[in-house]
Amino acid sequence: MTFAVTTTHYLVLSFLLFTIGVFGIAARKNMITVLMSIELVLNSVNLNLIAFSYQLSDLTGQIFAVFTITVAAGEAAVGLGILISLFRLRETTTLDRAAELKG
Amino acid sequence: MRELLWVIPVLPFLGALLNGFVLRHRVGKRTVAWIACGVVGLAAVLGLLVIADFLGSPEHAANKPFEQDLYAWVPAGPLATVHDGVKSFTVDMGFLLDPLSAVMLFVVTFVGFWIHVYSVGYMAHEEGFQRFFTYLNLFMGAMLLLVLGNNYLVMFVGWEGVGLCSYLLIGFYYKEEFPPYAGRKAFITNRVGDFGFVLGLFALVATFGSLKYTEIFPRIAANPSVLTGPGHFGLTLAGFIAVCLFIGAMGKSAQIPLYVWLPDAMAGPTPVSALIHAATMVTAGVYMVVRSNVIYQLAPSIGMFVAVIGALTAIFAATIGLAQNDIKKVLAYSTVSQLGYMFLAAGLGAYGAAIFHLMTHAFFKALLFLGSGSVIHAMGGEQDMRKMGGLKKHLPATYRTFVIGSMAIAGVPGLAGFFSKDEILHAAAAGGHWTLYTIGLITALLTAFYMFRAVNLTFHGEFRGTHEQEHHLHESPPSMTVPLWVLAVGAVGAGFVGLPVEKWNVFHHFLQPVVYTVAGHTTEGHEASIVFNVILIVVAVAIALVGIGLAMRLYGGARGLAADEAWERRLPAVRLLFANKYYVDELYDATVIRGTWGLARALFRFDAGFIDGVLVHGARNLTLISSMISGFFDKYVVDGLVNLIATILDAFSRLFRRLQTGYVGNYALVLAAGMFALVAIYMLLNRG
Amino acid sequence: MDFLTAHGADLLFYLFAALALAGAIGVVTMRSPMYGAISLLLTFLAVAALFLLRGAEFLGIVQIFVYGGGIMVLFLFVIMLVNLHRLPEIKLFGGTSPLAGVLAVLLLAFFGYFFFQTHFGPGLRQPQNFLTAQGQTLGNSEAVAWGLYTQQLLPFEIASVFLLIAMIGAVVLGRKQ
Repeated sequence: MTFAVTTTHYLVLSFLLFTIGVFGIAARKNMITVLMSIELVLNSVNLNLIAFSYQLSDLTGQIFAVFTITVAAGEAAVGLGILISLFRLRETTTLDRAAELKG
Repeated sequence: MRELLWVIPVLPFLGALLNGFVLRHRVGKRTVAWIACGVVGLAAVLGLLVIADFLGSPEHAANKPFEQDLYAWVPAGPLATVHDGVKSFTVDMGFLLDPLSAVMLFVVTFVGFWIHVYSVGYMAHEEGFQRFFTYLNLFMGAMLLLVLGNNYLVMFVGWEGVGLCSYLLIGFYYKEEFPPYAGRKAFITNRVGDFGFVLGLFALVATFGSLKYTEIFPRIAANPSVLTGPGHFGLTLAGFIAVCLFIGAMGKSAQIPLYVWLPDAMAGPTPVSALIHAATMVTAGVYMVVRSNVIYQLAPSIGMFVAVIGALTAIFAATIGLAQNDIKKVLAYSTVSQLGYMFLAAGLGAYGAAIFHLMTHAFFKALLFLGSGSVIHAMGGEQDMRKMGGLKKHLPATYRTFVIGSMAIAGVPGLAGFFSKDEILHAAAAGGHWTLYTIGLITALLTAFYMFRAVNLTFHGEFRGTHEQEHHLHESPPSMTVPLWVLAVGAVGAGFVGLPVEKWNVFHHFLQPVVYTVAGHTTEGHEASIVFNVILIVVAVAIALVGIGLAMRLYGGARGLAADEAWERRLPAVRLLFANKYYVDELYDATVIRGTWGLARALFRFDAGFIDGVLVHGARNLTLISSMISGFFDKYVVDGLVNLIATILDAFSRLFRRLQTGYVGNYALVLAAGMFALVAIYMLLNRG
Repeated sequence: MDFLTAHGADLLFYLFAALALAGAIGVVTMRSPMYGAISLLLTFLAVAALFLLRGAEFLGIVQIFVYGGGIMVLFLFVIMLVNLHRLPEIKLFGGTSPLAGVLAVLLLAFFGYFFFQTHFGPGLRQPQNFLTAQGQTLGNSEAVAWGLYTQQLLPFEIASVFLLIAMIGAVVLGRKQ
């Protein structure tokens, strides 16, 4: 791995962000944190798209990233709406008490 | 007309069907009587018409029988060996009318009819009236099958049928103890004889591939060598068959050693004794021997055996009859004795004489039995002659007919018995068998003697019974006395068809076609001189008169039982021997009966002990054990397996249930892990 | 100075990459969601810069607007709405965190190995692609817009419908019963 930045660097970074985001989804109890980790993952995906778009000189990657952002926004809105409903129901935002589907 | 031959045996069966099943317990005694007597009467009339038609028929003119096959009854299939072109063994249901069966037909239906009429009066107050007539009709049907059948198997069906009816009728008063026993005794003793009979049938089938008379007898007559070859037990084939068939006759016709059932058969109602055990069934054996005469002609040693047995039986039974006190027992032993005469004749080849005596005996013995029934009826059921006496005042018609019958059997000239008995003695004498002749002569003496002893003790002298019995004495109603007179006429007149002079002997000529002329053999009919014949007749008459005279002397008038008492004092051993039937029954009981019971018990013990005990219980235990093992196996292994699987599944599900934590985080983690795994696999696979 | 000139872009990359990573780790490890949100904002901005470094100018700006100005604000609003009185409890991580850690390490190891095997050539051979719309060189925004409204029209329309639905959904969910 050279010092000069190549697409590989971007891939590694994107992968790292992705891993951290997945870890956050899996490990954190606070739901808001989980939602933020989801955003993180989506961002890593965007980064990956842009990197390859640059590599291949293809604009399609960037356009796809637009859609990703759109979807992320919508999903964040709805997710937060759910969180609010859950909060109203349970007076808490910790996920270990929201195990309705247990068993 | 003669095609209606088959209707004759059917009629009585029809009567039995009606009275026994269709109309059982539904009609009154009048209807029962009309049906029962009606069918027999019709059969009798039809029989006469058929015979008349036959006599004018071309078959008779050619000395051939009229045969009628109704249908193939037993199409048994191909034979192993072919006999004269006969390839398969078939037994037809067929009837045959020839002079012999005509005579039998006449005797059976005529005498049978009058006995049926008599029974209406005799059984009027008995319970089981309808049952009685059902059995009686059934018997008539079977007897007619026997005499009209055209092959040995139909005859055998009738043979067994009359045996069955005999059992049913002897044991008619089944609520008492003795009659059923007597019925069983009759049937079982008969069965012993039937064993031999059936062996004879087997031998016939093996030799000829057929049981039909017209297929067997002409073949033998034309070619006697077919039977002269060796048979079994050192006899020729003819001898073997003859002796086997005769063993059956011994049982059915009560000859030594199988006669023991007949005296005990007197437990049945008197009309039964008259019909079955005097006139018809017991004569079946004689009929059978005469029918098979061609076989007996080829086995003269067996013929001699038959004659000897007949003669011995005749004298043996006559001696027993001397010391009997029961009027029916006297007549029973008399029957055995007279049957002996018939076999004596048949054995010597005097077939015509045998049948002649059969016919005359049917008349006078039936008459005597019915007369005794009338006496018993008047005496309120009493059969012991020691309690009778002087009944001629009270029972005139019975008395007169009884005397006529006694004279007939004694051989008083002019009456039927004289002619027939004389012919038999003549056959013995003319053939040079002087021992047999002497035995027959002595028996004739004894016959006359014991019959008139009976007459005297019953009808003459003073009444020896109780006062109630005396008050009860009355002559029987016409339904009973009319048959007595009819039979008396027969007892008188039946003899005239068989006059001792050859050219006037209508009966003899009539029966001639029945006796086969076997190639190379001479038949009966030893011509003797007139003087010889006359001497014989004179001797016979003398003997008869001596016998009667002695009896009158000893028992007549007011002497009553004095002679018997004197005998008991002077020769008690002899009297006891005669009175107790030579202890033959006791001998049989000690040996055969006990032996059979012992065997039966031993076998039972074996069955109960070993078969049931060891085998069955063993099987039971084995089954129990195996089912226990099976049960264990099922419970522990099979169920265990099932439970094991369930437990494994449960464990797995418990394990996997942990996945459903409900935590989103967990789900996300697993999602990621799965995705990672898939991608990793893909990448690894596509490294190249 | 030459080093800077020669590798300026690289250095910027490393800088913004580090910031992005820091922000990411911050999101995942901060106890208070408020602080986590701020970390996330940092990440967003760093990523926007990275976008710019890779010739995606329109997207970089959009990133800042939408993510930073929209989503972040939304998050902050909700955080303040929900978490006013309660600070998080004692345990920070749930029960699966060990497993998640393991997975993370595995992922890193595995993919890291692959990444370092791959070699890419120089990128952006034709920078005009990024700037060309209608045959003219107008700029990245125009180029993206042109591509969006002509080539990818269908996904665009679907995305707009999706937004509508999401909006309705959010409103419904957020309503007071």
